[in-house]
Amino acid sequence: MKANDLVELAGRNLRESGFRNALTTLGIAVGVAALVAMLSLGAGLQGLVTSRFDRSGLFNTIGVFTARDFRGMDRNERRSGIMDTNVKPLDAAARKEIAALPDVVEVYPEIRLLTDVSFSSRTLFTSVSGLSPSAKQNEAFEKMHGHFFSSADAPEAILHVDFARDLLAPANAAGDTFSLPAGPREGAGAPEVSDAQLNSLLGKEIILHYGERVPAPAPAEAHVAAASASKPKHGDSRSHEASGPPAEADGPAGDAGETVSFSVVRREQPLRIVGIIDTEPYAGITASSAARVFVPVGLAEKLHPAMASNLRDIMQARPSASENYSALIVRVDDPARVQPTQDALKGMGFRTFSLLDATKSLRRVFVILDLFLAIFGSVALVVASLGIVNTLVMSVLERRREIGVLKALGASDADVKRLFFVEAGVMGIAGGAFGVMLGWLIGRGINFGTNIYLSRQELPHETIILFPLWLIAGAVAFAVIVSLLSGIYPAARAAKLDPVQVLRYE
Amino acid sequence: MTDGNGATNAIRAQNLCRYYTMGESVVKALDGVSLEVRAGERVALVGASGSGKSTLLHLMAGLDRPTSGSIETQGHDLAAMSSQELAAHRRNTVGMIFQAFHLLPRMTLEENVELPLRLAEMSREERPARVREALERVGLGARSGHRPGELSGGEQQRAAIARALVNRPSILLADEPTGNLDSRNGEEIMRLISGLNESLKMTVVLVTHERKLAASFAERMVVLSDGRLAAEGRPGDPALEALR
Repeated sequence: MKANDLVELAGRNLRESGFRNALTTLGIAVGVAALVAMLSLGAGLQGLVTSRFDRSGLFNTIGVFTARDFRGMDRNERRSGIMDTNVKPLDAAARKEIAALPDVVEVYPEIRLLTDVSFSSRTLFTSVSGLSPSAKQNEAFEKMHGHFFSSADAPEAILHVDFARDLLAPANAAGDTFSLPAGPREGAGAPEVSDAQLNSLLGKEIILHYGERVPAPAPAEAHVAAASASKPKHGDSRSHEASGPPAEADGPAGDAGETVSFSVVRREQPLRIVGIIDTEPYAGITASSAARVFVPVGLAEKLHPAMASNLRDIMQARPSASENYSALIVRVDDPARVQPTQDALKGMGFRTFSLLDATKSLRRVFVILDLFLAIFGSVALVVASLGIVNTLVMSVLERRREIGVLKALGASDADVKRLFFVEAGVMGIAGGAFGVMLGWLIGRGINFGTNIYLSRQELPHETIILFPLWLIAGAVAFAVIVSLLSGIYPAARAAKLDPVQVLRYE
Repeated sequence: MTDGNGATNAIRAQNLCRYYTMGESVVKALDGVSLEVRAGERVALVGASGSGKSTLLHLMAGLDRPTSGSIETQGHDLAAMSSQELAAHRRNTVGMIFQAFHLLPRMTLEENVELPLRLAEMSREERPARVREALERVGLGARSGHRPGELSGGEQQRAAIARALVNRPSILLADEPTGNLDSRNGEEIMRLISGLNESLKMTVVLVTHERKLAASFAERMVVLSDGRLAAEGRPGDPALEALR
């Protein structure tokens, strides 16, 4: 029999026992709805969490260090006193090489310094960090006061609200010019500051005090304080301290041989406050996110600030310290590309760190969650499938004579089997389509209820239910497959009917 | 395939057996029946209930398979056919009518008659003309939209004949076609079947337990008794009369 005739006859048969078949189809629809609601909740939660993480930049970011940084931490090497200086430096050339890797969208140095910041007549000691333009996507900047940096090297600053409070607080309450991140500040003693007060800071100027690292001139021409790095010698201390511009060097500014020197010049950089954030941006995977004042990373680079790592360079007598970065942050376009990029970086001789393993664990958790939700959702569909079996078996019993007549008129066993399969399939498609609609409504209801709850908790609205196309198509396909499987036994039973017996006794 | 007189055989059974196992006992519904039916012939299978006449008809129709022996229609051995080939045989070679009519009650006459055409995968465009032709041949052209429940017994049997004819089979197998009808309707149906035999040159095998009806209709009568062929001959043949 042709397919359209099969469908027509199946439709006629289904209409014949319309109420019973409608109830069976409704059973399938409820099963599919349960499955769809469960899986859409799983997909929604996964989407919510992964989008948060994606926006945080945590999972597509790799920290790159020189191999020496890690080797220096090796206890045995420190004991033996052997420091291999022949490792690949993390310098401008390396940065260019890394930027050329496929999938890498951004490479910037990690710049973080502890220094003084002046506002009006007050000076506060705090931590300052460079932020890349891509950090704008971070949710920390979603509901900020003001706006993100206007360009990658604008002389602008974004303050953490704790620091902003310190700026606004009376001098005696500001912790005696000390403002370092030290855990939550919302405890007792944290000054209450209104939004209007915070907004009043926007557009104001703060002064960043820092030490600029400049290549050391020849010793005879030195007009600034200099620090030199050389191989350690017994009783030979060569560290020097800058004492303000212009400052006198209080000793020889360099040494012969492998010595590499740089000077530290005291500088000031005015910064306009453009934004204030409530939460720390997880823009990097190192400590930079814990800063209290953020500046564009492009500006931070131009300033060439002396950082703690430079002191370590001096102590370890590293060559060409002037161009080395303490760490580079590499951002790739997709979290899935982190591993190959990490492998490539390791192949280049660098040490890397990423939260890839955490991502894997997170995905595993969601796969398990989806699996459990699907199992619970499928239970309803399995129950519904028993309904299909029951309905079709009843139908075979009721239509024994019809089946016998069809066979006497020339229907093959396969024709009879197909007829029952089509009836099961039609119930599956109808139940699946109706179930998806029902599941969508249930999902919308859950989402609506959740958002009412979030509103009462004064939290922003979220979409915790997602209906991706794969879920809709998959649910209908699953319903059809379950229905067809349910039709196997009744169809086989119908096909096996002996027309002679049926026509004789029916 | 021809018989000794050069006429073509429509049906040829050779030592045909059909046994049923009922628990530990074996019921011999047919036991070594050999029979030939010529193309275009009108044959009546007569006998008492349980004599095996319906079993023989079902074997001719390809609804059942013999336990042993062979049964050929137009030279093809039905015993050797697959179930798919038997279905094709039922669709294309034979048409069947039953005592209980076996029309599908939820379909109109038109739809009932169209069923064999659907099974034969005939195109939708060709079907209406074939259905109309079959219904008009049995005098039900005006009742095509009616359901079987709206017709008399005679009309229902005529509709069943239209359904059996619509695929233009060469053999018509009728199993007690007048069994559920009064004598007037019964005679009318038998006249219709005789007319089809003459006009369409169809081979007709009639199963009945009514000797008088068989004698008035058939060119040849075959008497079955306890699954065996007891006698055969023309109506009025003394050998047949002796079996009364």
